Amino acid sequence: MSLPPVVASLTRHRLTALLLVLQVSLTCAIVCNVAFMIANRATQLRQPSGVAENELVMIDSTDLDNNAQPLVRHATDLAALRAIGGVTSVAAVDALPFNLNDWSNGIALVPDAPSRATATAFNGTPGELATLGLHLVQGRDFLPNEYVPLDSAHDWAGIDRVPVVIVTRALAEQLFPGQDPLGKAIYPDEKPVRIVGVVDHLLRPHMHDGVDSEYATLFPMLTDSADVTYVLRTSPQDRDRVLKQAADVLNRLDDNRILRHAQTFVQLRENYFHRSRTMIALLIAAATGLLFVTALGIAGLASFWVQQRRRSIGIRRAVGATRNDILRYFQTENFLIVTTGIVLGSVLAYALNLMLMEHYEQPKLPVLYLGIGALALWLLGQLAVLGPALRAAAVPPVVATRTT
Amino acid sequence: MLGYYFVLALYSLKRSKVITVLMILAIGLGIGASMTMITVLHVMSGDPLPGQSAQLYVPVIDPHPISKTKTEEPLPDGNMSWPDAMYLLHAVRADKQAAMAAGALPIRPTQNTLRPFFEFGHYVTADFFPMFATPFRAGSGWTAQDDQQHARVVVLNADLNRKLFGTQSSIGRTVRLKDTDFRVIGVLDDWHPQPTFYAQIDDRAFGRNDQFFLPLQTAQELQLDFNGQLTCWGSGGDARTSDHCAWLQFWVQLDSTAKAHAYRDFLADYWRDQQTHGRFPRPEHARLYGLMDWLTNQHVIPADLDLQLWLALGFLGVCMVNIVGLLLAKFLRRSGEISVRRALGARRRDIFLQLGIESMVVGLAGGMLGVALAELGLWSIRQRPDGYAQLAQMDISMLLGTFVLSVMASVFAGLLPAWRACNVTPALQLKTQ
Repeated sequence: MSLPPVVASLTRHRLTALLLVLQVSLTCAIVCNVAFMIANRATQLRQPSGVAENELVMIDSTDLDNNAQPLVRHATDLAALRAIGGVTSVAAVDALPFNLNDWSNGIALVPDAPSRATATAFNGTPGELATLGLHLVQGRDFLPNEYVPLDSAHDWAGIDRVPVVIVTRALAEQLFPGQDPLGKAIYPDEKPVRIVGVVDHLLRPHMHDGVDSEYATLFPMLTDSADVTYVLRTSPQDRDRVLKQAADVLNRLDDNRILRHAQTFVQLRENYFHRSRTMIALLIAAATGLLFVTALGIAGLASFWVQQRRRSIGIRRAVGATRNDILRYFQTENFLIVTTGIVLGSVLAYALNLMLMEHYEQPKLPVLYLGIGALALWLLGQLAVLGPALRAAAVPPVVATRTT
Repeated sequence: MLGYYFVLALYSLKRSKVITVLMILAIGLGIGASMTMITVLHVMSGDPLPGQSAQLYVPVIDPHPISKTKTEEPLPDGNMSWPDAMYLLHAVRADKQAAMAAGALPIRPTQNTLRPFFEFGHYVTADFFPMFATPFRAGSGWTAQDDQQHARVVVLNADLNRKLFGTQSSIGRTVRLKDTDFRVIGVLDDWHPQPTFYAQIDDRAFGRNDQFFLPLQTAQELQLDFNGQLTCWGSGGDARTSDHCAWLQFWVQLDSTAKAHAYRDFLADYWRDQQTHGRFPRPEHARLYGLMDWLTNQHVIPADLDLQLWLALGFLGVCMVNIVGLLLAKFLRRSGEISVRRALGARRRDIFLQLGIESMVVGLAGGMLGVALAELGLWSIRQRPDGYAQLAQMDISMLLGTFVLSVMASVFAGLLPAWRACNVTPALQLKTQ
């Protein structure tokens, strides 16, 4: 099939063809960017938190007895929780990935210097690393004699007494690029704290941009306020039972408290990302809708053209064109229109991407997504035109002898 | 004549049912998606305090040290340190002023068998109530003197009041918050401004529900838990009363523009005065934001929603192009018929009117479908667990707007095709037949 006759025929329908090109290009531009947004958000959704997500359950407890000794209370609670069947380990902590309870400190490398990074402090009782299932890639866990109270009653003064810290690999690389972080001192407040270990991953209670999400420090500090989160590690199938039992056990020990947010880690993660998931669903719906409407447009216009050209088709058939020739003709025409649309659409896609980069902190659109968009539109165009083209191919040569 | 054109339009549309359905579907989908998002953004950008908001301002002073690591300054969050807020409060330079912070406290019912529970509320100063014109169901707020004396008084919102005291009068009775007994002196009449403009603007700005209000100084004395963002800089630990930790919100009421200017100058003077004392290292740029400006500045509407609106409008755009194409093909196919009418004496504008009415019929049908789809869309938004979900309701003006938009969209879409069609040369068309 040679192109010139197809092009010549299209110039007779310049406006209509132009509209179709415009529609394809707009769809291409939007769908490419939407696909990229979906991929971005899906990556965020799947980012590993670093903890054993399928094995953790937790419950927040607020003690109402203001004469109670929080440290004693937490120790008693932990002992009782540890005794629940199926629980492998427990810890009392303040922060967890996605729990929004974020105490961040600017980390300096010399006293009173500007901070090099802002990192969340995760504090907890001995066994926190094992309970959360964090992976130490360098160094060691805390020793029993390194634990100090957080002293939350005096503005969290424990931060100036704690001797050691475990950091995430992301933070270590930010603070000491290319060096061995073990044994180095950091200044989360006024006093130096020595790094004794590095864990591979731990997400902060809030997601931040890029690697900032993993700037975390673990301190051997015992939470000593009335609020505490108990984390229990168990096998996935026991989670619901353990959660129910945990609430009962705590209330039986002392019911002068408020228990809140009893949930599995999976639920915590789902709640954190519910907006992202809604957004992904909406983006998918929008992209599907756009492709659908564009397919309708292509099919609609193609069938008009087929009806309009019945006589010409008949003549072509009468002078020797095969059904296949007619079919190819319409397919080529569609390919030409869609390709022009895609070329224009690529330019629009980058223009749109520039706007999104400026206003919505969207990264630069990789070429891959243009390829995906182009492929989708080519396929869609060919599918949409197939019906009308087949009808055109079925036009008998005898039509040529009839007047419209 | 119009009625006749209307009948003609119906006939014409009936002749190519599939295309007609496709066009109605396309316009309905586009309108439905756009109107859903326009409605959501419309209700979210409404004035939370109509009649009052024009006189309310947020003074913004920035005591942070000059950042050496970040080139771009972050958005001012308007948070103030305790000494700054207390200075502005006691200076009484505005018509009304109040400092405030959010809190969450365990409520311990003494009267009935309820278990203790957590409730969100605000620690505020006396002017909070008259400044925001909070409606009282019973009693009233407290005085500046109560603030000074750290009075143990509380104003409840209607829900908490009902939960604790049922339908009985609660004024003068006590309620135990954390470990302290407070005397109820006022009950608000379901006061829920949306968004809660007076709090730190975050994900909870919509749907947040403050159920108690008690004096800020009392809360500070009792070390009641504060709930929100506390930013400290420099060293010297984190302390709520220190001059290097910002966490309080401050609002002023200024009844005239002249007063607003004067207040801004007052802030600037304070800034420079503090600089002589070694604070406020940044160059003076004291600002005063009006309530609505403040909400825009703080991005109270999540960026995702904005993006959803643009997506919906883009979708509508593609649908429109689609319809223009289909109508153009449809009208041009009828060149023969149009030429006959023209040859028989119809003027161009008759043809134009006839075709315009045809596209309007499509628009009306699409509009109806659009309204149905928008209602469906809003219903699905109300099922979301977001705070703004419950606001997503269509009012009469939005409903009319939907129709106007869809008819306008389709008439607009029909303009080009109709114009092309009425410019068909009759002689040429008739000859080829």
